[in-house]
Amino acid sequence: MTITQLEIQLVAVVVAAACALPGVYLVLRGMAMMSDAISHSILPGIVVAFFLVENLNSPLLIVGAALTGLLTVVLVELLADTRLVKEDAAIGIVFPAFFSLGVILIARFAGDVHLDLDAVLLGELAFAPFNRLEIAGRDLGPQGLYAMGAVGLLNLSFILLFYKELKLATFDAALATALGFAPVALHYTLMALVSITAVAAFDAVGAILVVALIVGPPASARFLTDRLSLTLGLSVALGVACAISGYWLAHSLDASIAGSIATMVGVCFTACYLFAPTHGLVAYYLMQRERRWTFARKVLVIHLLQHEGLPEAKRECRVDHLHDHLSWTPGFAERVVAQAEDRALVRHRDGRLWLTPGGRALAQEAVVHT
Amino acid sequence: MNALVDVLYALVSDYTLRTVALGSAVLGLVSGALGTYAVLRRQSLIGDAIAHAALPGIALAFLLTGSRVTLVLLIGALVAGWLATLAIMAVTQTSRITFDSALGVALSVFFGVGLMLLTYIQQTAGARQAGLDTFLFGQAATLVTDDVWTMAALGTVALLGMGLFWKEFKLVSFDPVFARTIGLPVRLLDTLLMTLLVLAIVIGLQTVGVVLMSAMLVAPAAAARQWTDHLGTMVGLSMAFGVAAGVSGALISSLVANLPTGPTIVICVSLIVAISLALAPHRGLVWRYLRDRRSSLQQPIADPAAQKGTS
Repeated sequence: MTITQLEIQLVAVVVAAACALPGVYLVLRGMAMMSDAISHSILPGIVVAFFLVENLNSPLLIVGAALTGLLTVVLVELLADTRLVKEDAAIGIVFPAFFSLGVILIARFAGDVHLDLDAVLLGELAFAPFNRLEIAGRDLGPQGLYAMGAVGLLNLSFILLFYKELKLATFDAALATALGFAPVALHYTLMALVSITAVAAFDAVGAILVVALIVGPPASARFLTDRLSLTLGLSVALGVACAISGYWLAHSLDASIAGSIATMVGVCFTACYLFAPTHGLVAYYLMQRERRWTFARKVLVIHLLQHEGLPEAKRECRVDHLHDHLSWTPGFAERVVAQAEDRALVRHRDGRLWLTPGGRALAQEAVVHT
Repeated sequence: MNALVDVLYALVSDYTLRTVALGSAVLGLVSGALGTYAVLRRQSLIGDAIAHAALPGIALAFLLTGSRVTLVLLIGALVAGWLATLAIMAVTQTSRITFDSALGVALSVFFGVGLMLLTYIQQTAGARQAGLDTFLFGQAATLVTDDVWTMAALGTVALLGMGLFWKEFKLVSFDPVFARTIGLPVRLLDTLLMTLLVLAIVIGLQTVGVVLMSAMLVAPAAAARQWTDHLGTMVGLSMAFGVAAGVSGALISSLVANLPTGPTIVICVSLIVAISLALAPHRGLVWRYLRDRRSSLQQPIADPAAQKGTS
């Protein structure tokens, strides 16, 4: 592994971590698509700021873009507040208009300046190490690393400082207002952070793949835990894992790094969706199946308890009678009985079924509790 | 007046302008019609997701067939967009993931895969993938008559499907519970409607590109919604707005140098939305403001307590 490769991966890791943090709150608040809107609509902000300072690395670009991002959020909410359009339609109207404005500005006025649309939308991580930060003639490493690191620290300190307030505002906005936590101010601060993160990251991964890193890891982490603190930690960890594995995928295919990282985000999300311990699809089906058998065993012992010691017990408490009485297929009935015998709930003697003390206790408890 | 005549003359005589305007008109017509349902069902942003998700389909179609024929690429786009839609529906229905997160993940991941494939093609095929990345931002100027025919054919299928199942789609969208009770296959109809939506989106990819396609779906319908409460009228108006934006965008971008067609069309359709939001009778913001002012002026007279106080 060369120094360049290491540096690219470092930048990717820092971008992933910085994006995942505010992403958790967007996903939990049901505002994931706001990241898409913001990451597109910062374009005119970048372009206008670029015309003003004529330098792609100026911090003013970040300020301009972050302001446009906030403007988008405000406009979307104003539109939705008129109740003339729903919020999703408001997003769908505002950000393409902003983005179009940005594209037109570039096409009209930046023809011969280096501000490439492809770069804005798609980014190119491979170029990250070329832009060095030099102070007093000493090379300190890729500039993107420092910019992204600063944004990541900003996000982290905001979340650490306002952890409690953010949590409350996310899960119970009404209570947060009642307690005087100013959820509106928190909301806009969060949106400003998303804008700043998107601006800083678009350079490396492009506007669309910022969305992958903001939404993907937190959405995957949702399958793995119910705790907010763990969701934050896992999102960062998953994002970092996708960044590194994505880099090596790109390396082996000689393809776009950003695209490969997004692909790995997809692999990670699919894996969590299918195989997560309790919330995954497979676990869910297994649990459903297990519930079906548990229920059937309970029905069996309740059935036996009903007829226990009564004259008809001899007729009712046979395996082949279950078919008539509970309309179980013979195969299903046999499996349920076998399972119940394994768990020492019933015994098979003299051609009929008997409850064990354990089975009787289970049946009595089930009847009382239903 | 002379300028207008010149433009109309150019529209008939200039091959490129005529093709672009026709293509944009077809796009506006179809996306206006199908967009109505996306907006009314609160799924406005699914268009954005589908449009982005079409990219890997285009790349794969090229990789597998080596063909750059529009129809082949659009079929690839159609399949990928359709798969993304199914994935979004499946994830939201079977897990704790909300619709917005599913959209975000599907949009960015499919797009990322597409980007990876495109760059891979670029490296291996040796040749430039010219023609493929026009789908990113759309390049209306590259439209040829064959493309317009392809768009028109796909659009006709989408509009026919919508007309054929008009009653069913209406019911499924406004009252899915009732639709299920009377025995309609709700999930099948949902999937069919989504498929038609994918068709409408794919048509626009070449003209406005994946990023701006969602606007063509949402904006005409959102504007039309302001003028009427009737579904049929709304679809009609939405189609008219879509065509108006498409044609005027194409014309304006042909008149001004360095004005890309796709973004210009989107700005036109955004203006239509702004005008509708402000001026539409009953709902419009201007009327609302005037009504509020009138009622606040009348209030002291109407309020008996205030009258007693003054007398």
